[in-house]
Amino acid sequence: MNFLETFRVAFEAILSNKVRSGLTMLGVIIGVMAVILLVSIGEGARVYITKELTGLGTNLLIITPGKTSTSGGFHPPSAGTVRKLTYDDSQALKRRAWLLTEAVPLVFGTGKIKYKNMGRDTMLIGTTPEFQSIRNLFVDTGSYVTQGDVDSKAKIIVLGTKVKEELFGTENPLGKVVTLSDARYRVVGVMRKRGTSLGMDLDDIVFIPVTSGQELFDTDGLFEIIASTPRSEDVDRAIAQIKDILIRRHAHREDFTIQSQGAMLSTMNTILGVLTAVLGGIAGISLVVGGIGIMNIMLVSVRERTREIGVRKALGARNSDIMAQFIIEAITLSGAGGIIGIVVGVGLALLIPVFVDVLPTSVSAWSIIMAFTFSVAVGVFFGVYPARKAALQDPIQALRYE
Amino acid sequence: MIKLANITKTYRMGAGDITVLSDISLNVQGGELIAIMGPSGSGKSTLMNIIGCLDRPTSGAYNFENREISAMTDDELASVRNVKIGFVFQTFNLLPRFSALKNVEVPLIYSGVPSRLRRDRAAPLLEKVGLGDRMQHKPTELSGGQQQRVAIARALVNNPPLLLADEPTGNLDSRSGEEILNILIRLNQQGVTIIIVTHDKDIAAQCKRIINLKDGRIINDQVNG
Repeated sequence: MNFLETFRVAFEAILSNKVRSGLTMLGVIIGVMAVILLVSIGEGARVYITKELTGLGTNLLIITPGKTSTSGGFHPPSAGTVRKLTYDDSQALKRRAWLLTEAVPLVFGTGKIKYKNMGRDTMLIGTTPEFQSIRNLFVDTGSYVTQGDVDSKAKIIVLGTKVKEELFGTENPLGKVVTLSDARYRVVGVMRKRGTSLGMDLDDIVFIPVTSGQELFDTDGLFEIIASTPRSEDVDRAIAQIKDILIRRHAHREDFTIQSQGAMLSTMNTILGVLTAVLGGIAGISLVVGGIGIMNIMLVSVRERTREIGVRKALGARNSDIMAQFIIEAITLSGAGGIIGIVVGVGLALLIPVFVDVLPTSVSAWSIIMAFTFSVAVGVFFGVYPARKAALQDPIQALRYE
Repeated sequence: MIKLANITKTYRMGAGDITVLSDISLNVQGGELIAIMGPSGSGKSTLMNIIGCLDRPTSGAYNFENREISAMTDDELASVRNVKIGFVFQTFNLLPRFSALKNVEVPLIYSGVPSRLRRDRAAPLLEKVGLGDRMQHKPTELSGGQQQRVAIARALVNNPPLLLADEPTGNLDSRSGEEILNILIRLNQQGVTIIIVTHDKDIAAQCKRIINLKDGRIINDQVNG
């Protein structure tokens, strides 16, 4: 008995009981759909965060004051500072750490910016010219903070597009004076539009020279230093170099923390990978439940068709023919359910981001292959017991069965 | 063709064994038309099942066309049933979801005949039993006599040398029963060995040889007329 024939017999059996077959398949459909959908949401989050973090600039190293024992992850910028990071620290790194292309000093916080009768609370970053290239944030019109501005603690300000629009509307802001926490700043530039990244609106930021920022926040320290190294292979050596230089400047104490973007990225990847696996696993449970539904229906089907099994055996069917017939029936149920589930799952995964823009999804080939393989495997696994039961029927008993 | 030697069949039932057949010895030549008769519980169905390779004897030897059946595996028995033996049942036992034609094709499926050839072999048999115009009908759309004729066509589709009929007319009115019996007699005249299990003396009367069973033993084995 060839495979195609067995398949056709199985298919006819399934079609002869459409409602029951449909309901049985529904369990698998929902299971496969859930696996694909949830995995695609998890994957979507991972892809999104990876893209955003990489978009900040590659091979970044972030140096924060204070030593924390854990590695990786996020730290508040002022965790038990022993000795502050200073502007001079950043300049020393820039001069002496040759593996670094940049070492950008940063202070940041929020401040109220006012122009005429308009006011706005906004994110405020005090920095140096190199910040532009290191974070991929560039000025659009006018100029950015220059080294001269930093050296002279100039009261100049560069506006993000959103701040510019809120305060000036269509008016040209260049050369206008705004008030920032009671100090007057002259607008010298407007940033290029960037949009939102990781929940932060990159257009709702203003930039001032780092030295002016220190004055504004009344501190002589830095909140962090962002350094970059051109090649990812150099990250570890660059970290060693930074440590070497800063420890010497900090009275031989390692009272700062260096995080690499790669470490942050891999931490995030691990977290989201676990999340995806958990989501997929939960969905997998529903697939197993669907499989139990198949087994249930197959057992009913075997019982109902006891006589048919007896007849087929009398007419020359071997045990393996009967076994194949019922297993293929189970696989056809679960496989068809799997395919429908894939179509629905992929469809929903592609549809969700259209309506819910905070929920990016990414349909991965492996989740489709895995879900389908798993659904067929469920058919085999839960089909074997009923099929074996069918195959081992005594033909005489089966023929007498009413 | 068939040699049964000292066939015994016992079933284990709770504490003791029940002997259904004891010490049956029987020879059947090719081309015979035999009626097996006996009251209920005499073991005639069990004997039929053993001859039909659906069941194995507890002891004794069963030789079918010079091959020892009792030593065969399940798969070999299935193959013998498929190619050498045709079954006609009292309750027809057609597959309800399939058309008459598909039902006749079923044994060919298990002997690996490709689907196009199956049709070519099944259709003429249905013509032969007078159902050429009913090929696409489902069993439920056919009368009892018609269903039994489909079953005979199905039994013949692999050209088996032996046809076993277990009360083939038991569920039919007398006219249909007579038609079925006539078909069987005609087949026998064409050379098919036929064994019929029956209660009906009128049917037995038309067979060449009558075997009477009682309590699992052959009490009478005579050539008719």
